[in-house]
Amino acid sequence: MNTVNQLINNPLNLPDLQISNRLSKNFTRHFKERLIEFVLLLAALSAVLTTTAIMGILLYESYGFFEHVSIVDFLTDTLWTPLFENPHYGILPLVSGTLTVTGVALLIAIPIGTISAIYLSEFASHKVRETVKPTLELLAGVPTIVFGFFALLFVTPILQSIIPGLPTFNMLSSGIVIGIMVIPYIASLSEDAMRAVPMSMREGSYAMGATRFQTAIKVITPAATSGIVAAYILGISRAIGETMVVAIAAGQQPNLTFNPMDAAATITAYIVQVAMGDLPHGSIGYQSIFAAGLVLMLMTLTLNIIGHITRKKYSERY
Amino acid sequence: MNQPQASTLKNLDEVRAMIKRHKFNDYIFSVIGLLCLMVGLITLLILFIDLIQSGYPKLISADFYTNFPSRRAANAGLLSALIGSTLVMLVTFVSAVPIGVMAAIYLEEYAKKNWLSDLIEINVSNLAAVPSIIYGLLALGLFVYMLGFGQSILTAGLTLGLLIMPVVIVSTREAIRSIPVAIREAAYAVGATKWQVVHDHVIRYSFGGILTGVIIGMARAIGETAPIITIGALTFIAFLPPSPITDTVPFINFEWLSSGFTVLPIQMFSWLSRPNEAFHVNAAAAGVIIILVTLLMNGFAIRMRYKMRQNIKW
Repeated sequence: MNTVNQLINNPLNLPDLQISNRLSKNFTRHFKERLIEFVLLLAALSAVLTTTAIMGILLYESYGFFEHVSIVDFLTDTLWTPLFENPHYGILPLVSGTLTVTGVALLIAIPIGTISAIYLSEFASHKVRETVKPTLELLAGVPTIVFGFFALLFVTPILQSIIPGLPTFNMLSSGIVIGIMVIPYIASLSEDAMRAVPMSMREGSYAMGATRFQTAIKVITPAATSGIVAAYILGISRAIGETMVVAIAAGQQPNLTFNPMDAAATITAYIVQVAMGDLPHGSIGYQSIFAAGLVLMLMTLTLNIIGHITRKKYSERY
Repeated sequence: MNQPQASTLKNLDEVRAMIKRHKFNDYIFSVIGLLCLMVGLITLLILFIDLIQSGYPKLISADFYTNFPSRRAANAGLLSALIGSTLVMLVTFVSAVPIGVMAAIYLEEYAKKNWLSDLIEINVSNLAAVPSIIYGLLALGLFVYMLGFGQSILTAGLTLGLLIMPVVIVSTREAIRSIPVAIREAAYAVGATKWQVVHDHVIRYSFGGILTGVIIGMARAIGETAPIITIGALTFIAFLPPSPITDTVPFINFEWLSSGFTVLPIQMFSWLSRPNEAFHVNAAAAGVIIILVTLLMNGFAIRMRYKMRQNIKW
């Protein structure tokens, strides 16, 4: 009887002690696991810390700036000359430059990017898609400084031969080149959105006798609208934040104009221009680049949030 | 009797014409689509050829790679930029990759669905979309002045590290997510702890994916110019930082971290912004080097990812 009981309770005839020890909560093992989880959590929190640090630094240095300059002047003055004898601190000329370059870039990137996305998603064969998508990624990986060289020494001379009287530094060529840079982002994200449209909707459309083109324009594009819009918004945010192309090819002079043939500095070009000089830490010129950076950050942050909300809406669709 | 038949025939012709028209539309659109796709590709090609053409005289001269920058375009070389880029990348790698991978592991394997993990996720995706020049401003205010690192290799490396961290996190998460749950369950079933599962299985199987993300991030860091200019590093550097390896014990020194430096894109920018056109040749040659390095790294990473996708059968 005893033996039978033992066989049932402990079939392998292991000593009791060993089993209970191994199964009991092992303190060191438990502690090590918790420690590792804590360290990993700290690493993940570094993202939150970085965002906080960015906002903190921008706000801190801008606070010094706004002690000298009233916010009303900053938002309404039409001159931006912080480093002159008679300084003016109106952000409008920098914003107009940024918006003009972005506008030109979007005129290039949105049509080409969208058509590329429709083609890739609805027309291209598997093989074409598998070759083209990596190439687009390669294009997206080209450093912006190289595009700056391209804008100044390749695109501008060509434009000058088409448009006589175009100045060497102009927003048109930087806008075009930034537009080409943004195409991969818009094309790739829009294509993802279109591919996420369920196959049954395509099949339904084909069954009604629609062609590929009709299906793409009348069924797929409307169904993927929010994803496509999110892609556009990301493209806009990229174009606004782009620095080297405009710093090299668009000019350094703040200029309140929306004419892309003119030279004008953008927010990013101004920051680069000031950082290239030797401004003493704490001077108003030094603080002004943080105020400009804060405006840039708020613009892109707003766009990112709108993009995030649009994307969320689209992922809940089906 | 004849009437309807005729109209049917007429209808049929109309239908045929319509089909033809729509098929033609399809054809037109596919041509336009191909052309649009080509825009990017052709630009890339023109860009590359233009750079090589403009920089050719410098590219083939050995002096270009062994000379310091100079006031005279003919003598100016890339040596300090090549060394500078290497050292800055070293700091970037050490600062971004471990933390990035650890953050990704936390988010994928440990994080519970609560406000904290939501907060972290929102921050990561937001950081990925912050313009790079903003990181430069952060570095200028925080690293250069508040922490007193100055315009050093350490500052530049940490700045680029922060910049590519979201890239590393996102790609590591994707790599981890592609590992089937069954693998983890099997490991748990034989009594592994969470860390053992992560260490022995998750990290090991996602290693290739993590590596591609790291390479793409590093390629981005090598070409990044704006944040480095913003920390005020656009200066004339005609010297090398102290060597990291010495011949006396302990054989390693860290003086190079606080040394002044220049990197490839900064050198290219400084040549490009000179009015003297002779320097534009140097800028083009530097551009070829930068674009070659980034294209090779990105190409390798993309190819690797593609191969992995084909080979893995869980």
